[in-house]
Order: sequence, then structure tokens, then C-alpha cells
Amino acid sequence: MNTSMHINKTYKLYIDGKFSRTESGRYMKWVNPNNDQTINFCRSSRKDYRNAVQSSRNAFNKWNNFSGYNRGQILYRIAEMLDSRKEQFISELMVQGKSKKQSKQEVSMSIDRLVYYAGWSDKFQQIFSRVNPVSTPHYNFSTPEPSGVVSIIAPKDSYLLGFISVIVPAIIGGNTVVVLASENNPLCAISFSEVLHSSDVPNGVINILSGFTNELIDHFSSHMDVNTVINCGLDLKDTELIQKNSAVNIKRVINYGAIDWMNHDSQDPYFIMDCQEIKTTWHPIGY
Amino acid sequence: MSKNSKAKKNSSTTWQYSNALESVDHISISPIYNLYIGGKFVKPLTKKYFNSINPANEKKLAEIALAGKSDVNKAVLAARSAYDNVWCRMDSAERGKYIYRIARLIQEKSRELAIIESLDGGKPIRESRDIDIPLAAAHFFYYAGWADKLDYVFPGRKTSSIGVAGQIIPWNFPLLMAAWKIAPALASGNTVVLKPAESTPLTALKLAEIIQESDLPPGVVNIITGDGTTGELLVNNTKVDKIAFTGSTEVGKIIIKSLAGSKKKYSLELGGKAANIICEDASIDQAVEGIINSIFFNQGHVCCAGSRLYVQESISNQIISKLKNRMDHLILGDPLDKNTDIGAINSNAQLKKIKMYLDLGKNEGGIIYQSKHSIPKKGYWCAPTLFTDISQSHRIVQEEIFGPVLAIQTFRTIDEVIAKANNTPYGLSGGVWTDKGSKIFQISKEIRAGVIWANTFNIFDPTSPFGGYKESGIGREGGLEGISPYVNFINRT
Repeated sequence: MNTSMHINKTYKLYIDGKFSRTESGRYMKWVNPNNDQTINFCRSSRKDYRNAVQSSRNAFNKWNNFSGYNRGQILYRIAEMLDSRKEQFISELMVQGKSKKQSKQEVSMSIDRLVYYAGWSDKFQQIFSRVNPVSTPHYNFSTPEPSGVVSIIAPKDSYLLGFISVIVPAIIGGNTVVVLASENNPLCAISFSEVLHSSDVPNGVINILSGFTNELIDHFSSHMDVNTVINCGLDLKDTELIQKNSAVNIKRVINYGAIDWMNHDSQDPYFIMDCQEIKTTWHPIGY
Repeated sequence: MSKNSKAKKNSSTTWQYSNALESVDHISISPIYNLYIGGKFVKPLTKKYFNSINPANEKKLAEIALAGKSDVNKAVLAARSAYDNVWCRMDSAERGKYIYRIARLIQEKSRELAIIESLDGGKPIRESRDIDIPLAAAHFFYYAGWADKLDYVFPGRKTSSIGVAGQIIPWNFPLLMAAWKIAPALASGNTVVLKPAESTPLTALKLAEIIQESDLPPGVVNIITGDGTTGELLVNNTKVDKIAFTGSTEVGKIIIKSLAGSKKKYSLELGGKAANIICEDASIDQAVEGIINSIFFNQGHVCCAGSRLYVQESISNQIISKLKNRMDHLILGDPLDKNTDIGAINSNAQLKKIKMYLDLGKNEGGIIYQSKHSIPKKGYWCAPTLFTDISQSHRIVQEEIFGPVLAIQTFRTIDEVIAKANNTPYGLSGGVWTDKGSKIFQISKEIRAGVIWANTFNIFDPTSPFGGYKESGIGREGGLEGISPYVNFINRT
């Protein structure tokens, strides 16, 4: 009687809070090494990327105006949602070649990392703000503000934890992001969009693309409406291209080299500060 | 009323300021300046010199060495060796004491430095005496104290110095920019090769004399003069670990491209086109004075100048008429006269650029108003200027002019003016004038720029970070933030 067929899932992009296919109609094939089952991920185009940037730009003001408390709760909610889908992510990591023990550990660290940064939402500003003792009769203070729209090339070899470790510090600080999932193994990142979708993250705050790095880095680093590019472990040639392209509108370029995301030291508020600007405000003192 | 005031203005009893010239008999300028490398003044291997002139009368002040490739190499090697052998090994408190010494010597020689600054760059002595030189000394004094306290700057992190910093500075605040660059670099344990601007090298060379007098170990600070090619050689020198540049956005972009693929760190302080927003509930007379200071300070040769003025419609006629009146009463003339408000334009090239924009503004349909001044026959001058009847798309609204030219537009709602203010690739500074506190906080939050002046403008302090968002640059100078461009984190790739 067991005639019910397995339902294969269609994996899509996550742009502006919607699960959409690539406008290009192209796919990239991924084969499950355990059972030779094939997944066709979307092979994103320049146009997909541009749509995602537009969505991030539109979301920026709203997200930036959320209170730190509110952003922290949304991040905590992401952690809750990931926790409730633990088994799914463990099995996905195993499908991608990790042992059961490694997979369990990575998922549990991913949840912890979300909780860690959720806690910084209304605190990093206090660590990095100051009142400056100027010698003129003025009140003067400096505070961090988000850089704006951040383009991220996620780590190639840390599909879930590395992915989370680079997007979360950016968004907790009020930025909105467009992120390219690991080219080799985009599965966890694409599934993570389902977690985001049930976590009250406003549309456009996180846009997730799958595709070929060498096809997209040129666009990721040359778009005029992007403020910061995060490069996770690309080779020297690609890094040089990103740096050259960044000149077009003076993007901040953040290079994360060989970081072991499983290490507890690969989380700190300086990752948040990488996507922050310091604003200083003056006002006279007097009657 | 208007008849009356006109009559008063034309009457022969109008009081005039007497001349109040600063005396120059006590200053010393050598006829020839060489390169300061490894603690000595040495002749350039290029054997070439160029003239530094006084832009107020076009007279030659001195001949300045032109550093070529071998000179740049020599300076970088001197800095490298001083870094490896002396400076990075020195006890940090001792390092701080040298920087304190430099601060004190600048204070001692402040009058001479102020006069030379005004002679070389054309800025009013009132500004070089009261702003440039005291602030330069204050910057050294401030960062001197950080030298042995760096462990407190980045909570939870240890840092190390970077190595040799190549620093390139502009002509608008010559000594002050040298201080902004050198002081934090030395305090954090780096050594320096500094290249002053071609048109204003004199105070940097006087600073070299001060540094020599301070007994700072040879090679810790090297000062090499030249033109743009000298700067380019410094940027591309492979033994330099960090580049700090202040200048145009255009050159900043070239620097980013040339550094791509290298391991060099960089910090950039670039152009601006700041919005200065006057709300209808502002204190009118204070705002008018603030507008004058925001755009005519240092002849508008200020990257953070409030060159785009936005006035709320209901008060625009009043503000503009008061502004014109105030402009007519500014004193334009000899930079060495203590009464002078508007000095000379820094160079002939800059004057040509400003005039190009004046023509452009008129041709694009703007209405120009220039205050009536008798312009000296010799030298480079531009009367304070404003444009009305212009819109966002005009080039004089979009592009940095770097001169005493104000582009005025009006607005009705706060949302509208925020959108207009942020409609620029720049993000260095901004201004807001209102008597309502909540409005100040809202507007200053929404302007995407690194420095916001509320009910004030163009104020600087060593404890206060300065630097831009977007195409106005990367990194901050001043304050605790001013240290990060000069250190690396330990244990982080």
C-alpha cells in the first residue's frame, strides 16, 4: 500500500520577503553524494541581484528605525525558529558531508550565535558611543550608525554557521543585506530563508541568492547603491577585483580571511562595528 | 527704513576699520627648503625645486624641493628603519613625551606659524592664529596622552602598530592636517612619511624644524615635498604599510584602485557637499551668522563647508536678505590684516575652477549675487557668492566647488529637506538650525553624514571624531576613533 511518492522540494531565492525563482530561468545542479538525488538551485543573475539591492534599500530606513530592543527580539525569534527546525538542518548538514556529531554541534552553535548577537542589539551602541570632552562650549557626542546596504559573499565552507555569523552582525546593527550563499553547498542558506520568513524579519532586510561567485562578484562590488561589501575568503584575484570595484562609490570592503567560525572567538561586537559609521553631533551650550 | 539705511551707508561718516597688519619682521622663511629625511634636511636627488608663492600678491616665498622616486624610497626606508629599530620598541610613555614636546614647540612658535600659514595659503590671520595653529598643537597634545593608554581604546581587544604610514595632505589647512595625520600615527607606534600639498608646504617644513628641535629619533617623521606624482610614488611604494589621504574624492578613488590587491590599509577623508538646513523656528540672526561661517570660513576651501543651504520657505526672503547684507559687510583683503574675514583663494588653479562653476551656475539659470568688494589687483580673489533659483539637478548643487559659493534652495516639509539633503554621493557633514530640541535629534539622525552641527557649524576639536559616510571617505580622524586607522587587531584576520 505504500504508494505515496516523495515530494521533492523546489528551492528558490529569497528576495523582498518572497520565495522567487531567478528571473533568468537558469539553474545550477547540485547532487546529493549519498543518494545521487539532484537539486536544481537557482543560478541568480545580475538582475536578481539588482532586485535584491532595491529591496534592501527600501527596507533600510524602516529597519534602521526599529529600536535595538525590537531588533534583538526579532533576532531571538530567528534563534527560536531555527531551534524548532534543528533536525532539518542537522540532516541537511549531514547530506552535505558532515558527520552527525559535527552537524549537531554546528546547528547548536548557530542557535547560540543568534542568541549572542540578539543580546548585543541594544548594547554595542553603549560600548562604542561617547561624549567627547571638547574644549569649546559645546555638547558633543559620537554614536555608531549602520553603513546601509551590505553585500555579502558568504563563506564557501561553512554553509550554516559561517553564513549566520556574517549576516547577523550586519543586520543587528541596522543594516540590510544581500547575501550570496556558498556556491558549493547553498542548501542550508536557502532553507534558512524559511526560518527567516517565520521570524518577523521585515521584507528586504535579508535577501538570499544562490549562484556562481565568479558570475556575481563583479556586480556585488560595483553596484552604486551598496555601501559595504563583505568578502569571506575569496582568493587574491577575486579580492583584488572587489577592492578595485569598490572605488566606484567608495564602498567599505571587509575581508574575512580564514576564520574558523566554529571557534567561540569568532563572535564579538567588532563584527557589528565592521558595518557601522561613527556620527558625531555638536550643539552649543549656553543660555 | 530702507531709504534711511541706504543714506546711512553712502554717507561719508561711515566708520572704517583701520589697517591692522600683523608684522612679519620676526618670522624666518629660508629661501630654499630641502627634504626632511632621517632627521636631516637633504637635497632632492631629482635636483629639482619648485616655487611656493603667496596667493595674495603672487610673490615667491621660497623654493621647495621636488621629491622623486629615489627620494620617496629613501624617506620610506628611513621610516622603516626607525620603526623597526627604535619607535615600535620604545616604551609607549616615552613615545608620548616626544609628542608632548612637539605640541609645546608648536605653541611656542604659534605666532610665526600662523603668519607663515597665512602668507603661504592666503587664509585670514584671524583664522590661522585662532583656529589652525592652536588646534594643531591641541591635536598633538591630545594624542600624546593616548600613547601609553592604547589598551583602553578597544575593549576586549589587543592591538599592534602597523608600520610605516604614508600620509598625503591638502592645501586648505596645511599645518592642521599635518597634525591630524602625524599625531595619531605616532601615538599608536607607527612611523611616518608625510607629503604636504604642492601649494602650501611651508608650515609642514617649519614643523620638520620643530620635530628636529624636539629630538624625535631620526626617521620617525619624514617630510617630503612635491606634486601629485610624489604622492603617487608614496601610495605605490611597496614598503609602506598604510596610506592616509585627505583630498578630493576623485583622487581618493584612484588611490583605492591602486591599492587593490595590496595588503596596505587605507583611510580617506574626501570631498563633501554639506546641506545646511534652516528651519522656520530657528533663531534668525544666529542662523545667518552660522551660514556665513559655514560657507565663507577659509574662503570656502573646506571639505565640510555648508555649501548647500536649505531654508524653510516661510523665512527664506528674510534669511536671504539678511545674508546678502551680512556678506556686504565682510572684509575682503590682505590675509595678514587682523580684520580680514575673506582672504585670498589658495591658488590660480583653484580660482579658475571656482570661476568655471560661477559661469556654470549662471548658464544653468541660477541667479547670482556677489558682495561688493574692491578686489586687490594682484593675487587670486573671489568675492563671497550665493546662487538662488536653482534646483537639485544643477551642477553647482551636486558638485564640490571648494570656494566661497553658496547654493540656496528652499523647502516646505522636513521630509522633503531630508530627502534633498541626502540626495548626494557625499556624506561628510551637515547642519541644522532650529530652536526645537526634538527636531534637532530627528534631523541629525536622518542626515547621512559623519559630522552634524546643530545650531553651530565648522567647529573642530581633537577629541571629536571627524570623517565621512559614502563617498566622503573611510575612517575617522580625531577622538578615540582616530586611533583605529593606525592599529591592527591582534588575533583577527
